[in-house]
Amino acid sequence: MAMAALRREGRRFASLISPRPITAVRSSPLYPTLEDEGPLGLRHISTQVVRNRMKSVKNIQKITKAMKMVAASKLRAIQTKTENSRGLWQPFTALLGDLPSADVKKNVVVTISSDKGLCGGINSTSVKISKGLHKLNSATGPEKETKYVILGEKAKAQLVRDSKKDIELIITELQKNPLNYTQVSVLADEILKNVEYDALRIVFNKFQSVVSFVPTVSTVLSPEIVEREAESGGKLGDLDSYEVEGGETKGEILQNLAEFQFSCTMFNAVLENACSEQGARMSAMDSSSRNAGDMLDRLTLTYNRTRQASITTELIEIISGASALEG
Amino acid sequence: MLRRALGLLPRPIAAARARSFSTDLPAAHTADATFMEAWNKVMPNMDPPKTPLSFMHPRPPTPSSIPPKLTVNFVLPYASELSTKEVDMVIVPATTGQMGFLPGHVATIAELKPGVLSVHEGSETTKYFVSSGFVFIHANSFADIIAVEAVPLDRIDANLVQKGLCRFHPEAELSHN
Repeated sequence: MAMAALRREGRRFASLISPRPITAVRSSPLYPTLEDEGPLGLRHISTQVVRNRMKSVKNIQKITKAMKMVAASKLRAIQTKTENSRGLWQPFTALLGDLPSADVKKNVVVTISSDKGLCGGINSTSVKISKGLHKLNSATGPEKETKYVILGEKAKAQLVRDSKKDIELIITELQKNPLNYTQVSVLADEILKNVEYDALRIVFNKFQSVVSFVPTVSTVLSPEIVEREAESGGKLGDLDSYEVEGGETKGEILQNLAEFQFSCTMFNAVLENACSEQGARMSAMDSSSRNAGDMLDRLTLTYNRTRQASITTELIEIISGASALEG
Repeated sequence: MLRRALGLLPRPIAAARARSFSTDLPAAHTADATFMEAWNKVMPNMDPPKTPLSFMHPRPPTPSSIPPKLTVNFVLPYASELSTKEVDMVIVPATTGQMGFLPGHVATIAELKPGVLSVHEGSETTKYFVSSGFVFIHANSFADIIAVEAVPLDRIDANLVQKGLCRFHPEAELSHN
C-alpha cells in the first residue's frame, strides 16, 4: 500500500519530467528480455520467465519421483520371482560346466535388453558386451560366424545401425504380459528352430542389488559340441562317466537336455534383466529428481534476486524523482 | 548402546538368509581363464562379463566312501522346492519307468515323464506329481531334479482329476484320429 502511494507520487512528478527517448533496440527475438516498459517509462524487470521455468522444473521433479515409485513397486514384484528362479540353471552348470571359451564355428549371441528407456546404462552395456563377443569370435579365425538374436527394442535400435546383416531374429514387447516360463520356453523353441548354432551365448545384466547390475554371459553348447568336448577331456571329461537312461541313443537325450538347458537359462536371464531394468530406472529417476530439486533451488534464488532488484529500482526512481523536485 | 544392539540384530538374520538362499553366493572366482585372456586382448578397455561359474556354489568332490545320505536339489522355474536336503532315497518317474536312487548311485542323466516323484526321508515320504524334466545324479551323491511343473500330491483333488480325465480322454482320442 505504501508502495502504491509512492508510485502515485512518482507518476505526478514524472509528468513534469520530459519523457524518456524511445530506445531503438527493443527485445531481441532470440533472448527474451527481462525488462518491461510500464506506462510513462517506468522500468519493471519481468519475473515471468523465471517463474515459468520454475513451474516446469517442479513438474519434472514430480514426474520423476512418481516414476521412481512405480519402478520400486515393479521391482519388488519381480525380485521374488527372480530369486526363486536362480536355482534353475545351477544343476546344468554343475553337470556341464561353463565353457565360454569353447572353439565353435557358429556362434549365436542372444542379447537381452529392455523395451522402454530411461533406465540408465544397462542396455548400452549389454550391446557393448555383445559386440565384444562378436569381435572375440571373429578374432579367432575367418570361418567363424557370429549372429545376433535380439530381445527388446533398445538393443535393436543400437545393433541395427552397424550389424544389420548379422541379425537373425528380433523379438520385442516381451513384458506385455507378466513373465512366465511357458512364454519363455515358446520363445526358446522359436530361436532353436530358426537359428543354426554351435554355441548360444546369452548376454544379460544379472541383478545383484538395487544399485549393482553385473553384465553376464551364459553359454549353452549344442549337443555335438558337448560330445566333442567330452571326448577331448578337460572340463567336460567326466560327462562320459554318466549313464544315460531312456531314449534310443545318448544323442537324443543330449539334444533334449540342450534344449531344456537353453529354456531354463533364458528364463532366468530374462527375469534378471527385467529386475536390473527396474533397479536401474529407480536410480536414474532418483538422481533426476535430485538434479531437478537442485535446479529449482537455484532458480528460486534467481527469482528472488530479480524480484528484489525490480523493487529496488522502482524505489530509487521514485525517491530520486522526489528529491530532484525538492532540491 | 541401542546402535550396538541394532548392529547385532541383522547379523544372525544375514547368516540365516545366506543359508536359505544357497542359490546366490559369490563363491570362488573360478572363471574361465582362457576366456578372460581372449577378452582382454580384444576389448582391453572393458571388464569381461561374468559367467555363471562365478555365481555358483561349489559342489563337494566325490568322496572315497559312500556317503550316508543323498543330497537333493529339487528345482522348478518358480521356486526351489528342496535345496540341498539330505534324504535317504528318491524314486523318480523316468521315461524307462520308475527309478530309485540311493546314496552312492552311479552318475546318471535321466529324462522324466509325467508321474509321481517320491522323496524318502527316514520314515516320511513326500510325493509330488511332476510333469516332465530331467534328473542328474552326480558321483558325489548329489541329485538335481529339474521339473517344469510339480505339485505335492496332497494338493491334488482326486474328484477333479477324474472329471478332467473324462473330459480330455475323448478329446485325446479325436486328436489321434
